[in-house]
Amino acid sequence: MANHVAHASHHYTSTGLDSKKVAIWTFIGSECMLFASLISTYLIYKGRSVTGPLPHEWWCASTNTISATRIANCPPDQLFKPILNIPVTSVSTFVLLCSSLAMVLALAAVENRDRPMPPNATAWQKALRSSKLWLWMTCIMGATFLGFQAYEFTSFVHEGLTIRKNLFGSSFFTLTGFHGTHVTVGVIWLGSLLAIDYKRGLGPKDALQVDIAALYWHFVDVVWIAIFTLIYLIK
Amino acid sequence: MAHDHSQKDDSPALASADAHTDHVEHPEWPVYWKVGLFLTLITVGEVWAYYIPSFVASKLFVPILLFMSGVKFATVVLFYMHLRYDHKLFRALFTGPLLIAMATLMGLMFLFSKISA
Repeated sequence: MANHVAHASHHYTSTGLDSKKVAIWTFIGSECMLFASLISTYLIYKGRSVTGPLPHEWWCASTNTISATRIANCPPDQLFKPILNIPVTSVSTFVLLCSSLAMVLALAAVENRDRPMPPNATAWQKALRSSKLWLWMTCIMGATFLGFQAYEFTSFVHEGLTIRKNLFGSSFFTLTGFHGTHVTVGVIWLGSLLAIDYKRGLGPKDALQVDIAALYWHFVDVVWIAIFTLIYLIK
Repeated sequence: MAHDHSQKDDSPALASADAHTDHVEHPEWPVYWKVGLFLTLITVGEVWAYYIPSFVASKLFVPILLFMSGVKFATVVLFYMHLRYDHKLFRALFTGPLLIAMATLMGLMFLFSKISA
């Protein structure tokens, strides 16, 4: 029902599909190849760093020894533990997954804005119709994810890992930095939708614009699903 | 239920498109929360597996983790990105480059001896 509203500003291709939606899917396809190249680079360089700190291994700086287990005879100030913090990253992964759920609910709220609310609607049913609520939730969770990433990057630098330190540092910061930049763009994009929602309200006629932003946001999420497994969990 | 709003209702060309995607509907909250719970449970399973040393040392660790990650990836794409419900052209626009990307990644892994035949 919501989508039988005339969309005067939409441009349709010869397939009858909106050109903006065709464009975002084409863009997402090209982004798949960008992130595949970054992930490939990380995986190719994995295990080839000649100096630490390292993702899953212990490193003794004084002897430049690398081991899967704690190195017993290394001075404490020269011993570097595996640098990846799985518990923290697991929480940030969960936050990003939840943001995708909030995003689909924001889109559903925009699509259903004109549908009549049942007279005895519960607070939850009313909340499901609030695009502002779900856009805020998505923005906050996206910003939280970025906060986790800033914390991770800062702690890595304090532990001696910079983008110039070794192959792991170069490929890791490039890959996760690119992803973080995409999340930042997504948060700004969602923030602009929120501003429009406050200014004049988002309704079914805006559903395509919200859908396009949502597709971008979910893509950022699926890229992180791959990164989390390939970079953080697989040793 | 909401319809696929990317399609023009009065377009002559839509007649053929509609033949494939007539009355495309997006799911709503009852589906979305189940998908969210499913994704959470798989993520918990992945992290749990990471902390079992005997499982990490086994040959099954990497394939199972990749499988779980693939299931999560597909679930988000099919349900949250609505590719399960949308026009088949969108599926082609996504899966085509994705297959090229995966083939490139695998080719590079073979080329740099990260995996062997």
